[in-house]
Amino acid sequence: MNRSKSRLLSIPYIIWVIGFTIIPIIFILSKAITDSDGALTLANLLAIFDPIHRKALIMSLSLAFISTVLCILLAFPVAIILRGSHIRKKSIILFILILPMWMNFILRILAMQMLISNNGIINNLLTGLGLAPMKLINTPGAIVLGMVYDYLPYMLLPVLNSVLSIPEDVIEAAKDLGSDKLHVLTRIIIPLSLGGVGSGITMVFVPSMTEFVIANILGGGKIQLLGNIIEQEFTVSMNWNLGSGLSVALMIFVLITSFLFGRNREEASTGIL
Amino acid sequence: MMAKVLQKTYLILIMLFLYAPIAILIVLSFNASRSRVVWGGFTLEWYTSLVNNSTIMNALWTTFGLALLSAFISSVIGLFGAIGIYSMKKRDYKIMLFWTNIPMINADIVTGIALLLWFVRFLPLGFSSVLLAHVTFNLPYVILCILPKLRDMDIYQYEAALDLGAGEAYAFMRILMPQILPGVLSGFLMAVTMSMDDFVITYFTKGAGVNTLSTLIYGEIRKGIKPEMYALSTVLFFIVLVLLILVNLPYDRLHLNLSSKKSDRETT
Repeated sequence: MNRSKSRLLSIPYIIWVIGFTIIPIIFILSKAITDSDGALTLANLLAIFDPIHRKALIMSLSLAFISTVLCILLAFPVAIILRGSHIRKKSIILFILILPMWMNFILRILAMQMLISNNGIINNLLTGLGLAPMKLINTPGAIVLGMVYDYLPYMLLPVLNSVLSIPEDVIEAAKDLGSDKLHVLTRIIIPLSLGGVGSGITMVFVPSMTEFVIANILGGGKIQLLGNIIEQEFTVSMNWNLGSGLSVALMIFVLITSFLFGRNREEASTGIL
Repeated sequence: MMAKVLQKTYLILIMLFLYAPIAILIVLSFNASRSRVVWGGFTLEWYTSLVNNSTIMNALWTTFGLALLSAFISSVIGLFGAIGIYSMKKRDYKIMLFWTNIPMINADIVTGIALLLWFVRFLPLGFSSVLLAHVTFNLPYVILCILPKLRDMDIYQYEAALDLGAGEAYAFMRILMPQILPGVLSGFLMAVTMSMDDFVITYFTKGAGVNTLSTLIYGEIRKGIKPEMYALSTVLFFIVLVLLILVNLPYDRLHLNLSSKKSDRETT
């Protein structure tokens, strides 16, 4: 192919990248470093360290961290179990695990709310059994539950992909050389599936770190995550400069995790279709 | 034996966790009472009144239209974009891949806000601004589905066709396209899925007039969700179920053939 000629084919795409990826980033950066009069300031960026924002940042980081760890802990046994099962069963179970992703996620979170609300299904069951009702909703735990529920498939997919693709020969070689089951798990399976876990971490950590819908529905507006504060700056308080500043600060945290785990979301999501 | 029972129990618990909320939504779609906790008897009322609910139906068509249109536009731009990127020198190739990854790595809320800040400068917010936003976040998925196919294809076949007198357009359609078509198709399907699934970016770029199903549901949370919405989501869930079974069946068989040897060894 005439290379210089076929390079011209990407001109529409390059224009699109400039117009709708690069320019918007310049806009959000410039809003973030100016005040409402357009004068340069670092106040919007540094606002992340204000007590309220810092509290929300720490809350976001810790809930996202807990959710990600729980997703890894829940997904790994599934992958190990499926590795040992028959191929036909494998693909059916994989299919069943991914299917929920196609039901609208806000509706699913609302259904979760019906399950755990004060006079919801779980508490009705508890009082029916003569037990005391539990306070489940509007707690940080409820938000973690929603995040794990919503993002678990995104961890399952890459972890499954990497665990299932470990060649049986490697494991048999280890067994021949005298490894027991635990040794195979810790020295072969876990190290060889770290790549999948890495993409799972970005797939789960980034959205749960920036989440505001789950926190609104399951946290009852009582628990403020950074995502909630940014959303309110744009829809309620109308302080777009502050909202942009906090977004850019958030973006820095997101980029740090992405570079730490060095994976993109594409790798993990290609297994969906 | 004990281990097998434990394994089964674990898988069942995970599935229960993933499907309990979905089961609730399906049950509610047949609930005669408008209450979310009381069972008032079986009804199909919500399924019949769904068709006459213009708000929900409008949001449904907006969602579908947006998904198909944005997937189509991003597939066309992405196809040519990927071919162009494929023939670039290493340095330019890397730069393009970097910028392609940005909308995917970035948090949705940041992408949504950045687009909003830019759109308000030159565009009334509405269907067109949402469409531009959806094409923007679909493009990376399309490009990254097509690029591997380009890397795997046999470029000499294409060059041989040119040497033997084929025109560029003819060689493109007869040699290049058949080899990368699976990538284009999975990119398109991925784009449709991403577009239908999006809430956050649509929420920030949509303005007042338009609603997709997600933004409509979000707006209704305080007033209470209409039972018709449960009916619609049940219908959509089963449509997706059937479609996925159809799409996955041939793939399964292929997979089965390729790895049957390995699994035989595993089971013995």
